[in-house]
Amino acid sequence: MPDRLGETESRLTRQDYLNVSTKITTKERLKIERQAMPEQDATARAAAFCEVNLGFTEKLAMLEAQRCLLCKEPKCVAGCPVMVNIPRFIQFIANGDLAAAARSLIGDNALPAITGRVCPQETQCEIECIRGLKGMSVAIGHLERFVADWAYRHASQVVTASPQPTGKKIAVIGSGPAGLTAAGELVKLGHEVTVYEALHKPGGVLVYGIPEFRLPKQIVKEEVERLQQAGVKIECNVVIGRTYTLQELRARFDAVFIANGAGLPMFMNVPGENLKGVYSANEYLTRVNLMAAYKFPSADTPVIVGKRVAVVGGGNVAMDAVRTGRRLGASSAMIVYRRTKKEMPARAEEIHHAEQEGILFEFLVAPVEILGNDQRWVTGLKCRRMQLGEPDASGRRSPVPIPGSEFVIECDVVVVAIGSRANPLLTSTCPELKLNRNGNIAADANGMTNLPGVFAGGDIVRGAATVILAMGDGKRAAHTIDGYLKKV
Amino acid sequence: MHEVLSKKQLSPNVTRLDVMARRIAEIRQPGQFVIVRRGEGAERIPLTIADADPAAGSIALVIQAVGKTTRELVALNPGDAIQDISGPLGRPTDLITSGRALCVGGGVGTAVIHPIAQGLHRQGVAVVSIIGGRSKEWVIFEEELRKLGEVIVCTDDGSYGRKGFVTDAAKDVLAAGGVDCVYAVGPVPMMRAVVAVTKPLGVHTIVSLNPVMVDGTGMCGGCRVSVSNETKFACVDGPEFDGHLVDFDLLWDRLGTYRAQEQESMARHEESCRIGLEKPKAD
Ligand SMILES: Cc1cc2nc3c(=O)[nH]c(=O)nc-3n(C[C@H](O)[C@H](O)[C@H](O)COP(=O)(O)OP(=O)(O)OC[C@H]3O[C@@H](n4cnc5c(N)ncnc54)[C@H](O)[C@@H]3O)c2cc1C
Ligand SMILES: Cc1cc2nc3c(=O)[nH]c(=O)nc-3n(C[C@H](O)[C@H](O)[C@H](O)COP(=O)(O)OP(=O)(O)OC[C@H]3O[C@@H](n4cnc5c(N)ncnc54)[C@H](O)[C@@H]3O)c2cc1C
Ligand code: SF4
Ligand code: SF4
Ligand code: FES
Repeated sequence: MPDRLGETESRLTRQDYLNVSTKITTKERLKIERQAMPEQDATARAAAFCEVNLGFTEKLAMLEAQRCLLCKEPKCVAGCPVMVNIPRFIQFIANGDLAAAARSLIGDNALPAITGRVCPQETQCEIECIRGLKGMSVAIGHLERFVADWAYRHASQVVTASPQPTGKKIAVIGSGPAGLTAAGELVKLGHEVTVYEALHKPGGVLVYGIPEFRLPKQIVKEEVERLQQAGVKIECNVVIGRTYTLQELRARFDAVFIANGAGLPMFMNVPGENLKGVYSANEYLTRVNLMAAYKFPSADTPVIVGKRVAVVGGGNVAMDAVRTGRRLGASSAMIVYRRTKKEMPARAEEIHHAEQEGILFEFLVAPVEILGNDQRWVTGLKCRRMQLGEPDASGRRSPVPIPGSEFVIECDVVVVAIGSRANPLLTSTCPELKLNRNGNIAADANGMTNLPGVFAGGDIVRGAATVILAMGDGKRAAHTIDGYLKKV
Repeated sequence: MHEVLSKKQLSPNVTRLDVMARRIAEIRQPGQFVIVRRGEGAERIPLTIADADPAAGSIALVIQAVGKTTRELVALNPGDAIQDISGPLGRPTDLITSGRALCVGGGVGTAVIHPIAQGLHRQGVAVVSIIGGRSKEWVIFEEELRKLGEVIVCTDDGSYGRKGFVTDAAKDVLAAGGVDCVYAVGPVPMMRAVVAVTKPLGVHTIVSLNPVMVDGTGMCGGCRVSVSNETKFACVDGPEFDGHLVDFDLLWDRLGTYRAQEQESMARHEESCRIGLEKPKAD
């Protein structure tokens, strides 16, 4: 059963919807080609941390919006994990009513400026778009981003009414997309919400993981400020499991939503992993993003700037790390991935941008050792070539080593981006909370855990997943919590 | 924001700051630390909670000025504030519950030994502390530790107490026997030397490791150390470990990762102090 949250009320009436006229014919719509996203020049941006995509202009957005066929049974909506009413907001753009487009979109999706930038659209909404069958799908993500950015500049036109206070208090653990979305929904429903965040800045992976050139931190900041204005209290520097226990929160609050993410880096367990110059992607990206090490020495936190950076992995995290390495000044920045380009889990746009920026790719290669000099600095990555064998449990063909194929990739920084797991810091202090085999919290489809009044969602339940899935969990859990609070 | 309530110079380069952190003051336990970020653009650094006054809501940070961040912290005055303090982090010290413990503190490590000695004393354990410094003026926490048991002071130059290193004094105390557990905190070479003494004697020894940290929550893996040939994250699995199992060479080596950047940072800092400029701030 896909979730139906996309259909929850937005402030538009049916009448509003009907008032929007369709001025052009389907034939005319079909003639319009997909509009390209204006981008910063690839050579210039390979050295800069400012955002790569520049955003649609109003004109480009209206043209692109007119490509949408306004399907009666829109396939795209079914592809979106939170079922954003895509044709509705797109039609408002086509008609130049951006305020209505914004109200429609924000009613369905609390953080569109973020999802418009980081959703893997090509495997979610856009892959289902009917126009993609013959040619190019509608650029739903780019349109989403356009409307969201417009809404920021015109906040007064997108106001929502303040709710009736319920007197119920809810604690949210973690301020990533799951926690922020839940908090936003819960205050909308009139509850009092306090978010506890371990780091000094709210946003989770959105601030410490995903780089500035893909998701400007200003956007996350504005989003957080919007929530604070709506009444969400955020307390940073509070580590649940250390500063307070889950039991204490349960005693002080009517309900608790756990959204502490999957922040435990995995290493390869090969020799040499503790050499100087070896980073987990989490550390590398945290130093550069959260601590602004790319501004060192005017920001205090340093990072080792490699001349040759090798990043192990093939997901978004690996792509962010390798492009970061390039921007820090590496003359060679390389992805080392054990399958082929086709199997890479990263967003298509990131792979494309990485290629434009001169990132090198070694496919079908797996590291066996990290080599170092006598001062124990990294000098290379010893790898083995692989070939694809039979499909594994995930349906992907699993790589099999080719005997005798060892070779060395020379490098001075190695970033390990092979995934992350649930951080046990919180859960280990609360043994009565049920976990699954991987150490993730066991929660049902509505976010309910085995403990009364304790809910969970996002990466801590799913394992490393996506922003929009985390948001969907946050939204769904908020409504489950609301229902629960009405009963108790 | 955490207000600095008081400041005291303990030795030529060690300063004690008492800062407001009510929740942490209430629940901190021996061996735990905080991560401090002075303000925008500043680094996150770990500092042990040397003492706490739950009634006043304050914790004591004892800071050795070794680089830019620590220098900026010790330059704060009462009334100034530290922007971020998170904690208490790390596992509390594994305190023995009876018998006799030897606490060895070197330099600023003495400030880390203090809450451990307090905890042991509270449990009814007899505490002998050996503390040391270059010369008399470098000895810290002597008075506080005397309240908890016997104290042997060592100075390198013999200007106060016994002449020589803390390890020499430790050897003598251990030779006399009756020590159930050793707690040693100080520079890596000192901890390594203490372990070299206790290992052949088979006396359990707990050391507090000080790798470079960022988040302090187990998220980055930057603080990894090797204990018994297993990788551990010091911020969540430690910072205290069985000294007989620690790979001190690796710790020492990794501590040097940012030496070049640290020197650059310091040089710039000194230059801007010299010409009286405020440091340019990143956001
Ligand atoms: C580098 C990188 C790039 C990515 N790129 C994409 C992308 O392009 N598209 C996409 O859809 N997804 C992407 N993802 C995945 C996506 O970011 C995550 O799935 C999503 O952020 C999960 O959200 P969350 O709210 O569950 O957790 P997180 O975003 O991980 O947030 C959890 C928060 O909880 C805090 N916390 C943890 N423990 C505690 C505690 N004990 N007490 C208090 N607070 C605590 C953490 O500090 C953190 O702020 C990327 C991930 C990374 C790391
Ligand atoms: C658990 C723990 C508890 C500590 N308790 C205390 C304490 O109570 N008092 C005290 O004076 N010092 C303590 N330290 C050490 C203190 O954190 C470092 O001296 C400080 O970070 C140095 O920063 P700097 O910018 O002034 O110096 P820098 O010039 O940056 O570095 C000087 C040296 O400090 C170490 N260092 C640098 N950055 C970090 C970092 N982010 N984390 C850890 N070490 C780093 C390195 O060895 C480096 O060579 C503790 C460290 C740990 C891990
Ligand atoms: S939220 Fe993501 S999947 Fe849904 S419509 Fe927007 S871009 Fe597509
Ligand atoms: S499937 Fe494509 S064309 Fe149809 S409504 Fe969705 S975006 Fe428009
Ligand atoms: S400091 Fe990041 S994991 Fe320990």
